[in-house]
Amino acid sequence: MIKLRSFHGGVHPPTHKKESTQSPIMAAPLPAQLIIPFRQHAGEAAKPVVQVGERVLKGQLIGEPVGPISSSVHAPTSGTITAIELQQIAHPSALPDLCATLVSDGLEEWGVRQTLSYRQLSSDELQKHLRRCGIVGLGGAVFPSDMKLRHPTVVNTLVINGAECEPYITCDDMLMRERAEGIVRGIEILRHALGTDAVLIGIEDNKPQAITAMQRAVDESSHPFKVVAVPTLYPGGSAKHLIKVLTGVEVPSGKLPTDVGVQCYNVATAYAAHRAVEHGEPLVSRIVTVTGNVEQPRNYEALIGTPFSELVELSVAKADTNRYIMGGPMMGVELPAVNVPLVKASNCVIAASDVLFPPPPPAMPCIRCTRCAQACPVELQPQELYWFAKSHNFGKAQEYDLFDCIECGACAYVCPSSIPLVQYYRYAKSEIRARDHEKRAADLARERHEFRQFRIEREKQEKAERLAQKERAAAEAKAKAAATATVIATPVDPSADTDDTQQMRIDAALARAKEQAATTPPKNTETLSPAQRAEIEAIEERRAHIHELAADAGADDEPPKHSQGN
Amino acid sequence: MLSSPFITRTLSVDRIMLRVLYALLPGIALYVWYFGPAILVSIALAVTAALATEALMLKLRDRPLRPFLSDYSALLTGVLIALSIPPLAPWWLPVVGTAFAIAVAKHLYGGLGSNPFNPAMIGYAVLIISFPHEMTHWLSPQDMGHSALSLGQQLHYIFTSTLPAGMQLDALTMSTPLDTLKTQLHLGMTVSDIRDLPIYGRLAGKGSEMVAAGFALGGIYLLIARIIPWQLPLAFLGTLFALSGVFNLIDPAHYAPPLFHWFSGAAMIGAFFILTDPITSPTTAKGRILFGMGAGLLTFLIRAYGGFPDGVAFATILMNMCVPLIDAWTQPKVFGKKGSKR
Repeated sequence: MIKLRSFHGGVHPPTHKKESTQSPIMAAPLPAQLIIPFRQHAGEAAKPVVQVGERVLKGQLIGEPVGPISSSVHAPTSGTITAIELQQIAHPSALPDLCATLVSDGLEEWGVRQTLSYRQLSSDELQKHLRRCGIVGLGGAVFPSDMKLRHPTVVNTLVINGAECEPYITCDDMLMRERAEGIVRGIEILRHALGTDAVLIGIEDNKPQAITAMQRAVDESSHPFKVVAVPTLYPGGSAKHLIKVLTGVEVPSGKLPTDVGVQCYNVATAYAAHRAVEHGEPLVSRIVTVTGNVEQPRNYEALIGTPFSELVELSVAKADTNRYIMGGPMMGVELPAVNVPLVKASNCVIAASDVLFPPPPPAMPCIRCTRCAQACPVELQPQELYWFAKSHNFGKAQEYDLFDCIECGACAYVCPSSIPLVQYYRYAKSEIRARDHEKRAADLARERHEFRQFRIEREKQEKAERLAQKERAAAEAKAKAAATATVIATPVDPSADTDDTQQMRIDAALARAKEQAATTPPKNTETLSPAQRAEIEAIEERRAHIHELAADAGADDEPPKHSQGN
Repeated sequence: MLSSPFITRTLSVDRIMLRVLYALLPGIALYVWYFGPAILVSIALAVTAALATEALMLKLRDRPLRPFLSDYSALLTGVLIALSIPPLAPWWLPVVGTAFAIAVAKHLYGGLGSNPFNPAMIGYAVLIISFPHEMTHWLSPQDMGHSALSLGQQLHYIFTSTLPAGMQLDALTMSTPLDTLKTQLHLGMTVSDIRDLPIYGRLAGKGSEMVAAGFALGGIYLLIARIIPWQLPLAFLGTLFALSGVFNLIDPAHYAPPLFHWFSGAAMIGAFFILTDPITSPTTAKGRILFGMGAGLLTFLIRAYGGFPDGVAFATILMNMCVPLIDAWTQPKVFGKKGSKR
């Protein structure tokens, strides 16, 4: 048995997991048309590598990764690409993103599937394969899994996240119940690639069947993995919190788990890694829970790109359903429309009604009761952050660690004044980011301006120098010309003295005299009349007198300083 | 479009306030048992004044009436003021105190959630400074042999300030146990001699010690129900106990024992109902301990050396002033920042 630790705060919202775990995972029927966004992972969107009108096979690469943090996108079934265009996706902003439309041919014809024997492969080769197969974190963050295998430090513990702490969501629970063997094989692949010894599989204790199934699979595999039941406490499935519970290590703020020698993968990601390596299947489908205000809540294995509306139709949404939420009720996002496609991040869709999720009562003032602070798993002071965000005191909000907030919603869940706290934090964060951006832009503009000033100044100087040089050169040339003239004018043979040279000599002498006269202009004080001289003397006398007076006064008190510009 | 979280736990502000009001019931019941029903009249007057002032101020501030009148916070302020002034007081005393508390101490600072001072204690402080004479007419416990007034006679006195023929106010009222202790100590009596006086019971004042116990009982319910944080009452009562204990050990003739301090005056109602007002107390665990300790220290100092018999109200107000500073000083380290400097 390992000693479990706990983290501060957390809440116990009603789990509502029973509803969708009554029936096994069902393969969703093949949709007639799929919409596959090219941005389904954290980082750069994939670049389309297919043409409109092209026939693609199931598992064929249609979008290739761009840059280090990116992943691949594949055709989830065989068929024809009919469009590559901007379409609405599952994002709260309702902004469209680049998607491929795939009309399926109903054949489900696989392309080439490259299976590998991972034991012979280096971590590098496995990383390349996972990137090629579009494997990303399926717990919701969709971070490219290959990136997580690349780490400069020694990782000695692999934590597998099967906590699934959000209410309503049961896709990981069902996956563990039904496909524990595949998960364990996937874990072994990731462990091999990471080179770790210890593997801890954390599952919240409200999933006894999943725990049993996973324990059995681990026993059968004879890998020394530990299946650990962790207390059910939201947000216990947050990677950093699960790591704290299982290992007692608190990942420092702003650092990655690998910095403390731990790496964390979701169970579904491990399963996807297993399919990719041992079956050669890229990530073209996932398990998704359809629950809430529906007649038949359950889990489906659905192709990426399946419109949510088809899944909701299978589960039969009740009449009073008025919106849909992707994810759980604590951190999910409302879908802009129900026909947007399923993506790699979609773990759950909840049909919602005003009865199921009643709109909150009007917010009351904060009474500083600190129930939010007691619930905060990051040990923030949400009531202070709320105050700072509300009063636009963003500097102070940052000082009080606003950016450590994981937006889990525990604070708003317990707030007796029904204040939408998380919204305030999102607002403050986006304002701060926007201001930082503006500041950077302003800094850049200032730098540019300063450089321009510098350049103009430099050019002026260079011009002046060039001019001076030219003048010098001209003067030198003149002098040289004069010198030559003299040389010519004083020939060795006096008999060669001609009229011409004489004339030149005269000219040169005149020029010298002129030059001399130009360099020493007469002083204007040298040619004065006696009356003028007397006047000047009188002025000088008065000046001297004033200076004396000023010197006397200065000994007593300083003349007033200019206060401007301080 | 709403954003996450989409679900909430339903313990609203009004339910919290309501539970605090429930927790006052045992103390109020014992009050009636020992001192007669006059306190209920005071409470009714204060509550009416509280709600009327709240409504008026909301109207003036152009705020919605319903959510704020039904949050029970004004009502609670009224009840707390009524409990801290003598029940046999002219009708305008609780009315003026409550109206000032709600209008000035609460709404002029921005209403619910924005007031830096505990409104009930401000109301009490205004009354004891402005009307010290009226604030001394505390009823004697009913079993002390004096001819007690009927409810009708009490009502008559409250509204007309006239007693039935042949009755003297002095015969009905007395100064508080803390006041008596202070006066008699000044006159040269020792603590043990003073406590032999008939107004004293086993621990503190006869009757009033039981009312304090009733408030403590309600306070323990609030602790168990997690309505109030444990640090505040513990730090306050602990500090008061420790200080009075040390002084009592050194000089028992001139310093009352700790339990006397606990069960006298506003110590118990202050520990569980006044200091624990979330709006005017610190938000951090460490801060609450500092706040409670500070209030305990000030209460003891005012009781032992100050000009007023009890010190809870002024200790509360003085500590209220320190709350922003205490909060800023005691911010805890967040997850992943332990062992690093803020």
